[in-house]
Amino acid sequence: MAARPDRRAVIAGLAALAAMPSFAAGNSARVVVVGGGYGGATAARFIKRLAPEVKVTLVEPNRTFTSCPLSNLVIVAARDLAAQRFGYQALAREGIDIVHDRATDVDAAARTVALAGGSTLRYDRLILSPGIDIDWSALEGYGSAAAEAMPHAWKAGEQTLLLRRQLEAMEDGGLVVISVPRAPFRCPPGPYERASLIAHYLRNRKPRAKLLVLDAKDDFSKQPLFQAEWAARYGGVLEWRGASDGGRVSRVDAGAMTLETDFERIRADVANVIPPQKAGEIAARAGVADSTGWCPVNAVAFESSLQPGIHVIGDATIAAPMPKSAFTANMQAKVCAVQVARLLRGMSPEPTVLVNTCYSYLDPDEAISISGVYSNEGGVLADVPGAGGVSPAAPNPRSRTSEAAEAFDWFRAITRETFG
Amino acid sequence: MNTIRIAAPRTAKRGEIIELRALIRHPMESGFRRGASGEVIARDIIVAFECLYDGEPVFRAKFFPAVAANPFLTFHTVATESGRLEFRWTDQHGAVFSDAADLTVET
Repeated sequence: MAARPDRRAVIAGLAALAAMPSFAAGNSARVVVVGGGYGGATAARFIKRLAPEVKVTLVEPNRTFTSCPLSNLVIVAARDLAAQRFGYQALAREGIDIVHDRATDVDAAARTVALAGGSTLRYDRLILSPGIDIDWSALEGYGSAAAEAMPHAWKAGEQTLLLRRQLEAMEDGGLVVISVPRAPFRCPPGPYERASLIAHYLRNRKPRAKLLVLDAKDDFSKQPLFQAEWAARYGGVLEWRGASDGGRVSRVDAGAMTLETDFERIRADVANVIPPQKAGEIAARAGVADSTGWCPVNAVAFESSLQPGIHVIGDATIAAPMPKSAFTANMQAKVCAVQVARLLRGMSPEPTVLVNTCYSYLDPDEAISISGVYSNEGGVLADVPGAGGVSPAAPNPRSRTSEAAEAFDWFRAITRETFG
Repeated sequence: MNTIRIAAPRTAKRGEIIELRALIRHPMESGFRRGASGEVIARDIIVAFECLYDGEPVFRAKFFPAVAANPFLTFHTVATESGRLEFRWTDQHGAVFSDAADLTVET
């Protein structure tokens, strides 16, 4: 196993803040955080923890958060959706003002956020953590109605359960198709973890069924590991077809349950269409998304390159080489919280080190991982050479199962830090 | 393995302009790249493509080292008679890879 990310540098960055001068009495700054996922909830908590005098408001329409990490296990009935759900009570107890409403607009000049309920919030610093929205215009034939027949299950919740029910209802001998979009999208290894778990499910429950993965790319996260494991475990069940092999889906027909590539029209019994995505809609309204649909940032404080005073974290950002993952969102949230607290105290932001690990299940008891370590010197995220890595190709017999246990522990740790 | 994928209509009306698509999986190694230990990776490319309609060439292309891996062509022809569409790729060593599709022309 390659070196695990070292979190000491990050913790040192947090500790440095403790030495900072606190606000003068009566100078209570306001921070509004939009989006209560791994990014936003973490950012709200850490700002409150680092600078208790700041008035922190978290805007999130849902009363319960449903986690995407581990939701692929829910699809194959290896986990309950209830275990994916978290509330905001702990944040409220810490003095964070939770507003269950939808942010509809941002006035960057006036520094206000408009809510669907009609009220307006003023801010000194705004942190947007809106996650992703499905780009419904990007795939011909696919829309919110089509998603009821061909679920994306790329936002955890009802869609996750719908795909699960479809798999359970499918007759043995059926064809499951997963369509994967071009990068960037949420959770780069997610489609391949899902393919692994569905192949495992089919092999055990519907041994004559097949899984076809149609991919708009030729390369993907942890590809050599996944492909070696697929060959060893799921040969005859799982076929992956890349872009240069006619794998790109250009059109779907939800009525006929067909997916079209440049060369074929394929009829699926269960079709999981993972569609192209973009930053959550408020990003465009706030003027922080560019023509790609994603948000460019200066990665020292994750302040928007387009709108000063607005910070963007998590899946919505253009942060390559950091992936769009829960770990990344949580990491960026902590860095952003430190820098926002510094800025509010008249100090300039300082470069830090960031880390990410993504675990992927190969079956419900075995997993692999990829880790990265990143610097944000000069506002640009870059891999720290020689740090990070992926699971070994030829592991000792227990390493895959111990990584699955690690993945579970990671989930417990990150959800406790974010919501618990 | 040089997997070939082709897309052609099964039927067309006489005089109709039909779209044909052809892809071959091939590394198109340019001969300009070097491997991890600095050695030149030998050139290995497809040099020619043609589409024959009932034995008559209706589309030809020459490929050079700048063409990317897995070349994908889309082109058009006019449906005249029922017949066979043959897609042929030739690499620099003279090896030929081909596939075919039958077209029925309705009057």
